[in-house]
Amino acid sequence: MIVAQAKPIEEILEMIDKYDKILLVGCKGCVAVCAAGGEKEVQFLASAIRTARKTQGREIEIREVTLERQCDPEYVEQIRGFAGDYQAILSIACGVGVQFMAEHYREIPALPGLNTSFMGGALEQGVWSERCQGCGNCVLHLTGGICPITRCSKSLLNGPCGGSSNGKCEVDPEVDCGWQLIIERLKALGEFESRFMEIVPIKDWSTSRDGGPRKIVREDMRQ
Amino acid sequence: MDYPPNVKLIRVPCSGRVDSVHLIKAFEEGMDGVYVAGCLEGECHFLTGNLRAKKRVEYVKGVLTTLGINPERLRMYNLSAAMGSRFVEIAREMTEMIRSLGPSPVKTGAGREFPQEQEEGEEQ
Amino acid sequence: MKTESRLEKVLEKGEFAVTSECGPPRGADPDLIRKKGELLKGVVDAVNVTDCQTSVVRMSSLSCCLILKEMGFDPIVQMVTRDRNRIAIQSDILGAAALGINNILCLSGDHQRFGDHPQAKNVYDIDSIQLIMTVKQMRDEGKFLSGEELTKVPRLFIGAAANPFADPFEIRALRLAKKVAAGAQFIQTQCIYNLKRFEEWMHRVVDMGLHEKVCILAGVTPMKSVGMARYMKNMVPGMDVPDEIIERLKGVPKEKQGEEGIKICIETIQRLREMEGVRGVHIMAIEWEEKVREIAEGAGLLPRPRI
Repeated sequence: MIVAQAKPIEEILEMIDKYDKILLVGCKGCVAVCAAGGEKEVQFLASAIRTARKTQGREIEIREVTLERQCDPEYVEQIRGFAGDYQAILSIACGVGVQFMAEHYREIPALPGLNTSFMGGALEQGVWSERCQGCGNCVLHLTGGICPITRCSKSLLNGPCGGSSNGKCEVDPEVDCGWQLIIERLKALGEFESRFMEIVPIKDWSTSRDGGPRKIVREDMRQ
Repeated sequence: MDYPPNVKLIRVPCSGRVDSVHLIKAFEEGMDGVYVAGCLEGECHFLTGNLRAKKRVEYVKGVLTTLGINPERLRMYNLSAAMGSRFVEIAREMTEMIRSLGPSPVKTGAGREFPQEQEEGEEQ
Repeated sequence: MKTESRLEKVLEKGEFAVTSECGPPRGADPDLIRKKGELLKGVVDAVNVTDCQTSVVRMSSLSCCLILKEMGFDPIVQMVTRDRNRIAIQSDILGAAALGINNILCLSGDHQRFGDHPQAKNVYDIDSIQLIMTVKQMRDEGKFLSGEELTKVPRLFIGAAANPFADPFEIRALRLAKKVAAGAQFIQTQCIYNLKRFEEWMHRVVDMGLHEKVCILAGVTPMKSVGMARYMKNMVPGMDVPDEIIERLKGVPKEKQGEEGIKICIETIQRLREMEGVRGVHIMAIEWEEKVREIAEGAGLLPRPRI
């Protein structure tokens, strides 16, 4: 899923300072799962904003809505009937959601309430970890199912570097050395001998963000 | 039990049922102080309800601080059902504390209770 | 392909090679690098110039190499893949060769997290092994990474680094083998303090026959004080400083610790010299270049052979 976290409330308050009627839109997709932008977070943030405004003796009207997904025009359009009644849309979806709001409701500013962080999963309740960088050319079959681009701080394809110490990365003793994980996994799979000595050629990054903004077109699905 | 009449009780099956949304809403609605009374630590009927409540209280205290509301207005207490006199004591303690702080800025609209702190480096 | 590298020629002759390094200044003053160069005259066969080591901004390695070249040195340009993509890397390789630089050391580089600009975006378009391949392809095939031909090949003696002390230990010799397969001709190792562990790594290297395919220069760094030894032990990733080194430095008065550090360094070189497969020594006296001569002298490495 896309993992995000709330922006500091001070930053949000500053962003909406000039408005007194806003639409706060959550998303029931990824950001609801990672407890950053679902229905509950919409309620909490709305209440916190109103509380802050009351301490300043200024009222603010907030309409709370949580859409099925903010990355899908079908759902984004569900606020069409009343979006125009508000001065701004504060979206607590990922960056995709905020941009879809901006694209669909051109007359009103769309503001981000979250910082979109990474593609990852939950390690345990309340802990999320990055797993994919969306390079557009998956090599997981070669590296024991562990991504060197994401899990190695230097994205080395022929790692590990000389900074790996006790299974930890030089960047942070809390971070596992991605290559140590890959090596252990390849050994467990009996693939170490055959895989490790092979020099991985220079990667084509044109399928990654480096090739410019990406788009996928499926002609078989297009209408 | 004789405890101050300004304390309004809201019963929940377990302090673990108390969500951060309930806490912030109480302040939004103009409560001057809020406290969560959970079971003694280690004695939660649902194992960890009171510990979870504690974490939420801590979280909301942080948010209140950001909003300029004295975080002392929110507290977590642990006591058992048999500790009636302690319950009264807490209710009085809380009431006194709130009286000394005065009304919540949410009601007065008087702005922050304390000046905004300088950048603390990496928040959250 | 043979190059004009003095280091390559010294090694070819079977001499025990001596290299050292100069850290470029944090400013635009060329005299600072010249001063460091003066201290190394007649002491080394080649001199490395670091490339924003520990991710701290310094004068560019290539510029300093040229300054040292003008002083008569055979510089080794260090190049990290942290700050350059394949376009800049290939461009700098051509530039280095055009300026008469004969040696390159291919590195991935310390992560910027440690440096003075931790907010920087890193590049890592290619890794250190792929950098070795890049130089080799340009030099031996006369082709850019794109496959297109280049007009004049860069004749560079290709080096790489090895850290025998990083984890996982068992793959460290294998990783060296990968660097050799990619085209590395000389290796400079991480600073050696744990001779036992280095020897173990060297045994594996010799067992694999790698010492015949690549010239291994063992890295040493003299300790200035107990404080430095503790810092290296605890704060520098991939550094192995045994307690006995710290104890030994602690055993002498503070003002004598530097002297003791140099003694340890000389003894280390003497032991390394006897190890099978060690073809030279790389003396990294960090901001202590004035001691390199004393160390080389003490270890009986002077005078250097004339080429």
